[in-house]
Amino acid sequence: MPKSAPTQQLIDGLLEGDRLALARAISRVEDDAAEAARIVRGVFAQTGRAHLIGVTGSPGTGKSTLVSALAERYRAQELTVGVLAVDPTSPFSGGALLGDRVRMTGHSGDAGVFIRSMATRRGTGGLARASADAMLLLDAGGFDRVIVETVGAGQAEIEIASVADTVVVVEAPGLGDEVQAIKAGLLEIADIFAVNKADRKGAGRTVAALEMMLETGGAAAQAVLHHGQRMEMEAAASETDAEEGWPIPVLETVAVSGGGVDQLRDALERHWAWLEGSGARSAREGRRLGHMLQTLVQAEVLARMERTLLPGLRSDLVEGMMRRQIDPYSAAAEMVKKLSG
Amino acid sequence: MRDDQIRVLIAKPGLDGHDRGAKVIARALRDAGFEVIYTGIRQTPQMIAAAALQEDVDVVGLSILSGAHMTLCPKVVELLHAQGQEDVLVLLGGIIPDEDAAELKAAGVHAVFGPGTSSSEIIAFIRAAMAGG
Repeated sequence: MPKSAPTQQLIDGLLEGDRLALARAISRVEDDAAEAARIVRGVFAQTGRAHLIGVTGSPGTGKSTLVSALAERYRAQELTVGVLAVDPTSPFSGGALLGDRVRMTGHSGDAGVFIRSMATRRGTGGLARASADAMLLLDAGGFDRVIVETVGAGQAEIEIASVADTVVVVEAPGLGDEVQAIKAGLLEIADIFAVNKADRKGAGRTVAALEMMLETGGAAAQAVLHHGQRMEMEAAASETDAEEGWPIPVLETVAVSGGGVDQLRDALERHWAWLEGSGARSAREGRRLGHMLQTLVQAEVLARMERTLLPGLRSDLVEGMMRRQIDPYSAAAEMVKKLSG
Repeated sequence: MRDDQIRVLIAKPGLDGHDRGAKVIARALRDAGFEVIYTGIRQTPQMIAAAALQEDVDVVGLSILSGAHMTLCPKVVELLHAQGQEDVLVLLGGIIPDEDAAELKAAGVHAVFGPGTSSSEIIAFIRAAMAGG
């Protein structure tokens, strides 16, 4: 199949389980927004079956190794696994060094595992679109579990993982205190915590710190005693009612030796069952698709703005701002008014 | 809105673990603006072909210092062709005798780069091949 194969051939191929067609379709959606629209239109009806799992955490926590070990456990149950490993693009050259496969070498020759590396490229909107599209394609390609792995740093990367059905936040001992996790905004999105490299010193303390955080910052408003004073704490996350009632487990794993990975898989399966049973699955899917819609509209509006919105007006407004004749907010309002009018 | 990126797989087939050259090239290609998928050492031709397919790469760069290039390279080319990736550019780096290089080119390896090749030479070769194809 040549690189230039017609779009419909790629769509038909990927729906029939042709892996090269799938791989080429992912490249197309990544490279070309117009092609992405055609391909997603062709496969969307066949999506919504896979369990989408987001895995995120700081660099060096062992996410890739853990994902690989998890894929192995799923394969033992004869479930197929698609993996999307997102790594940053160099802001200097536009190139990227994608090395997650080094930690995922155990699956070659197994058609039931498909691993794809994706660079963040430029612009957060582009990444969100491309990764969401790629996940749809893996879903349509028939994989039972679709795992997206991102570095838990940077808004876009965290967002990508956070729209999954189940979010696993990976921590490791010795990477700094738990305040780092709060700063990064990872606590709010976790459905499951995995403290990886749990054979290392300090793992118990990391687990205890996370458990304490969960007790004090849970989904519902809580009251805690602080120096003997009763303090009301507002809920950090604005979860819908349907999403309450899942006790977030903190698991210990040693991905390199496979320790605790069965428990992680079991927790994922429990969460999947809980999502179905509680109605939270449709709540999350609604949130995910709403997010996708918003991303696409933003991109389209921006593109239209750049295309049609008279570059002249833009430079006039910038000039006005430089002379302090108009402020940035009013200038933006002016441009948006022109766009809608 | 198009954003075509050249994707390159860098792999070290065979049993030698000397991956410094492969890593240097991977880094240089990234700095040249390519997306480089690095797979690490001790890759079998089957592993390399599977990765090349899933990643839909434009280029496969093999680094071999073990002397096993005459068996490994044609095998990689054969597998790529068998899975429908006839259009992938296959490059080889390492210590390769001239007569072997000629034979490998006949077997479908597009270029062989010996010790002392500058990374800019390799980058220029890839750019020219991509522009032509």
